[in-house]
Amino acid sequence: MQQLTEIRWHARAGQGAVTAAKVVAETALAADQYLQAMPEYGPERMGAPIKAFTRISSDPIEIHCNIENPDIVIVLDDSLLDIVDVAEGLTDDGVIIINTCTPPEQVRTAISIPVTARIACVDATGIALDTIKRDIPNTPMVGALIKVAGVIDMDTFKGLLAKNLGKKFGQEMIDANWASVDRAYEEVTVA
Amino acid sequence: MPTHTTLAATGNSVVAEAMRQCKPNVMAAYPITPQTTIVEEFAGFVAKGKTDCEYVTVESEHSAMSACIGASAAGARVMTATSSQGLALMWEELHIASGMRLPIIMANANRALSAPINIHCDHSDIMGARDTGWVTLFAETAQEAYDNTIMATRIAEHPDVMLPVMSCLDGFITTHSIDRVSVMDDESVAGFVGEYEPRNALLDTGTPVTHGAFAGLGGPYFEFKKQQREAIENARAVVSAVGAEYSALSGRPFGAIETWGMDDAEVALVVIGSTAGNARAVARHLRADGMKVGVVKVRVWRPFPYAELAAALKGMKAVAVLDRAESFGAEGGPLYLEVRSALYDLEMRVPVVGYIYGLGGSDVKLELMERVFSDLADIAAGTAAPAGLVYLGAREEA
Repeated sequence: MQQLTEIRWHARAGQGAVTAAKVVAETALAADQYLQAMPEYGPERMGAPIKAFTRISSDPIEIHCNIENPDIVIVLDDSLLDIVDVAEGLTDDGVIIINTCTPPEQVRTAISIPVTARIACVDATGIALDTIKRDIPNTPMVGALIKVAGVIDMDTFKGLLAKNLGKKFGQEMIDANWASVDRAYEEVTVA
Repeated sequence: MPTHTTLAATGNSVVAEAMRQCKPNVMAAYPITPQTTIVEEFAGFVAKGKTDCEYVTVESEHSAMSACIGASAAGARVMTATSSQGLALMWEELHIASGMRLPIIMANANRALSAPINIHCDHSDIMGARDTGWVTLFAETAQEAYDNTIMATRIAEHPDVMLPVMSCLDGFITTHSIDRVSVMDDESVAGFVGEYEPRNALLDTGTPVTHGAFAGLGGPYFEFKKQQREAIENARAVVSAVGAEYSALSGRPFGAIETWGMDDAEVALVVIGSTAGNARAVARHLRADGMKVGVVKVRVWRPFPYAELAAALKGMKAVAVLDRAESFGAEGGPLYLEVRSALYDLEMRVPVVGYIYGLGGSDVKLELMERVFSDLADIAAGTAAPAGLVYLGAREEA
């Protein structure tokens, strides 16, 4: 039986959702899984709401269409909660992971989401500013993803992160990114 | 045996990689979404010295193909890439490239044509170039886009063919999605495509020739066109032989058409490009429910595989043909017309129904495929007559 996980990313253009979707896909490949990662291309301007999609599977992925019933939704910017139906189509046993300072119980009252679905919150922006010293929440969000949903392996992800960052940056930047992943993994709260 | 490396990469990225591995001497290109990243990555290879290809920047697609024609006539192995309005702007050069029998390789990122403006996938651009005399291959996946690029080089340069080849991949869906792709080592690809040995090269000054000369009234124009037809007919056998050789090297199957479930299918869906996967995925589910459904994917669009389609679809109780392009004023889309033509000589008539779908990147949801198979089941059961052309999934009021 095919084990297929479908992830939908919500972000503002420039926050690194596409890059994160790509590294998650590469991590899946390193575990010999099949993958698909595609942004939904629309108006290309910084700050505009964007979506990206990731499929990870034990078997070859044949379908080429948008993900309408994601198992996991990742929201990189909580200002989108007011303007985008981020939980649209989320499966009943799905999980939504949000970059926010608001606790999950409070988020549940603010968005439309199946009662059985889980909400996970983490201050990925705060963590990124502390560790990487820049407002790029995408990397810590993957740490939260690994904690809450598994799907990809932490060590493999960190290895790829180091390999990708190593092309442009030194060990200090790699350590900062690793720290952001570890902190999000520890600090994410689920309800 | 080749070394295979598995990557997480976009269709455009592996097309650029395949082009580098095929060692073109000249690339002339102009950027256009969603093709841009092909020539962008290739330009990166040039800048980093990973290829000794001469990269010519031009001011339009009209100039891009003109430069390609000049370079190819001079005796170079030439590649380029385009999409949509860019392909449309090349239109007169497309005829000149095939008429001068120049084995240029071009990737096309399939995209809608204006108006209204749309940057997303359909096959309007490529179907508009249908009659320009290019051998035309379609990819379902990034993997096929990589494989087709390498095979295209061999097909184009084969002495029995000597025609330009277009290698088409679906805009964004295949060009920009990251997919799992297996690529071969440089040496194996270079060995497969071989060194290009140009014939009638302008730079072969020892044997001076004229290209694209005047062949007016009473001249050989008419006979020249006959030779072009013979060349693209020759391409059938060459595509088949090159495909078989490439299959042996890569371990991946290749056919002018590729069939799924057709051994005992009662109804079938015919499709081109990335949607073939959606159709197969739905067909698998329906098979599990006991429905005898099949899928036929057309991978070689020109020369069109009439005999293969007739053999595959013979005896079907109903056939659906999905077109991602219009042919306004015709009975259906370009693929529909070809499939109907392919089936004309069969003794038993096969009911065929045409669908237009996915124009301008309209999402090809799985329920659309379910609807097509459901229509086919009704026609096969005799509970519904084949409908006229269906605009699959179009909103009543948009």
